[in-house]
Amino acid sequence: MNPPALQATDLPEGARSGGAARAGQDILRPGVDPQLTSALLARINASVSRPHCIMEVCGTHTMAIGQFALRSLLDPRLRLISGPGCPVCVTDQADLDRALQLARQPEVLLATYGDMVRVPGSGGTTLEKERAAGAHVTVIYSPLDAVDLAAAHPTLEVVFLAVGFETTAPATALALDRAKERRIRNFSLISLHKLTVPAVKALLREETTVEGFLCPGHVSTVIGRAAWDFLARDFHRPAVVAGFELIDILPALQQLVAMLEQGEARVVNAYTRAVREEGNPRAQQAVAEHFEPVPAVWRGLGWIPDSGLGLRAEWKDFDAGYRFPGAAGQEPPDGGLGQGQVVSLGGAGGRCRCGDILRGKATPLDCSLFGTYCTPQDPAGPCMVSSEGACAAYYRYERHRLPGQAGGARKL
Amino acid sequence: MTREEEPRILLGHGDGGRLTHDLIRSVFLPHFDNPANPVLRPLPDAAVLAPPAGWRLAFTTDSFVVSPAFFPGGNIGTLAVTGTVNDLAVSGARPAYLSVAFILEEGYPLRQLEAVVESMALAARDAGVQIVTGDTKVVEHGAADGIYINTAGIGWVPEDLHWGLDAVRPGDVVLLSGSPGAHGMAVLLSRGDLGFQSPIRSDCASVFPLVQALQGVPGIRFMRDPTRGGVATVLNEVAQGSGLDVWVEEAALPEDPAVSAAARLLGVDPLYLACEGRVVAICAPDAAAAVLDAWRAVPGGLGRDAAAIGHVSASRRLPLGPRPEPAVYLRTALGGTRLLDVKSGGELPRIC
Repeated sequence: MNPPALQATDLPEGARSGGAARAGQDILRPGVDPQLTSALLARINASVSRPHCIMEVCGTHTMAIGQFALRSLLDPRLRLISGPGCPVCVTDQADLDRALQLARQPEVLLATYGDMVRVPGSGGTTLEKERAAGAHVTVIYSPLDAVDLAAAHPTLEVVFLAVGFETTAPATALALDRAKERRIRNFSLISLHKLTVPAVKALLREETTVEGFLCPGHVSTVIGRAAWDFLARDFHRPAVVAGFELIDILPALQQLVAMLEQGEARVVNAYTRAVREEGNPRAQQAVAEHFEPVPAVWRGLGWIPDSGLGLRAEWKDFDAGYRFPGAAGQEPPDGGLGQGQVVSLGGAGGRCRCGDILRGKATPLDCSLFGTYCTPQDPAGPCMVSSEGACAAYYRYERHRLPGQAGGARKL
Repeated sequence: MTREEEPRILLGHGDGGRLTHDLIRSVFLPHFDNPANPVLRPLPDAAVLAPPAGWRLAFTTDSFVVSPAFFPGGNIGTLAVTGTVNDLAVSGARPAYLSVAFILEEGYPLRQLEAVVESMALAARDAGVQIVTGDTKVVEHGAADGIYINTAGIGWVPEDLHWGLDAVRPGDVVLLSGSPGAHGMAVLLSRGDLGFQSPIRSDCASVFPLVQALQGVPGIRFMRDPTRGGVATVLNEVAQGSGLDVWVEEAALPEDPAVSAAARLLGVDPLYLACEGRVVAICAPDAAAAVLDAWRAVPGGLGRDAAAIGHVSASRRLPLGPRPEPAVYLRTALGGTRLLDVKSGGELPRIC
């Protein structure tokens, strides 16, 4: 047997959900000393002399900030706003429609991650509803599961709906290698993988109030701290790469606020136990061997050049868009690239503010649909769909902070 | 390859004929029949039961489809008995009788059925209930996943006992009998598709001893066992049902380090994971110490880690939705406040 090009254990943290890759890492730490975290919090608040607007790029950070109730503890002049870092939220409706259409074909078994099955397509249907109506739709935890599914169901065409950022793309590359080694021919994928750096650049080319960035820890394990240097160099924005525990986020915020207060712009690595300067070259190589940057459309943001990962020509046999008629990806509009052409969701009319929220121009509490016409049970916009979306996080953890309504529940 | 000669369930085991009777005589009766259970042995069409004078009757039913059927700390049989026993117990009833109905898939190994039945008999004995009637159906191969069980239970409630959410008052204390989430985590991990193993065992157990220990303690308002949806879901039911807010102190929550570590890896919150041997109770403020003392003294350590985890307060009403609603709030260890919401979507299927 040939050694595989990339071992599962080479994958960065987060690439395999709950996977062995994480088990050996320093993640099972005992409880954090509350005195230490209290002291950090006090120090951050004491250092704030004026308002600052900080964007956390990653949906996992958005969730962690809600879960730790940080906004209720930080000086109100520190605005933490969410960025476009939820892979499910930024998946465009037309791309989802392609997946739904494939799933309806009787010979297709569509495999994808949990949150994707609940996202409504343009007709209001979801993969979950299609499954109830008889489609083969399976939730998987790792792309390798999709390859195993293909081996186990030789009479079906297994299509892996691959979403995620730089973190998950190496695992998809590994699955492609495995499928090739095992000569599995009934496996293909729709690559909706996206890249965070071009999206953040696109945000900064527009007018934005964001002064500093909390950079994603998982993504940075792959791309490295240095990949964010453009923030300081080209846009004079300070940034800190952070992990996802309280004891990661608080020191990162402390450093970020200190730089903002002093008008400094550097890109600091506060997640050194997982993130290296240059990232994970092996994972980068695996991605480069299988994928190439392509224009991609982001829900709420529009077309962004070089922000998606398309399969390279030599892997086209595994491209569902190539194998199934009518499943090819969208073509970018002529001259529309980088214009921030917003693709809005149906149903919510012009009132859904997900585009503004993904750009950091509004928080979910600013949206008139939030919590009334748009809830996790009946979402009107993409940020409410995924559990890592900004609106879903606010709804789940912080909707009691909505000002000026019945009961005067603003202050707790 | 030779075909294994393992005895298996056939469609005929469910047709009421000879094979059905063989199954009853060879598998069910040897385990469920005992000297304290005179009702079952004649195998009547219906069990005729005599209620003790002056008690009221509690009646409940539950179906069990857990996947996998065998998991660390128990199996579908243990769960089918304790699940129904616990629903009776937290209603204030003394669990007395169970019915048991099996839906089996053609081809199910007889040896596994026997293991399930044996576990049921042991769990029933431990809980002090008798299995007095039952049924077996067999469906074609592929029409079910091995084994499903329905149990219904009858228990007796003292005339003077009146627990319920309408008895809950602002200021009441919320208690939890032990660390949350072990059952949900044990089942989740035993599915084997998450890529790691752990020593976590289900907390599956009869909670009747916890309820019984509170006999004579005044000021008990309400009890529930936090199964599907976990402690967080029960507390939201308390808020909705009582019209009051519930406040939980994160630092006071009992914790199983193995469950917490696995939960962190998987990105789930133990407060939303199913328990099968825990009780959430609400009592008057001056009763809390007595409840904790009684729980911690229960033999076998069932309430060893019991803790007061929060309190009930007049509702400040969540300002959203068609009508303002009461809610559950969590005060984090660091002193922040957030909602502990009803979980929406992403429920783990077939956890019990």
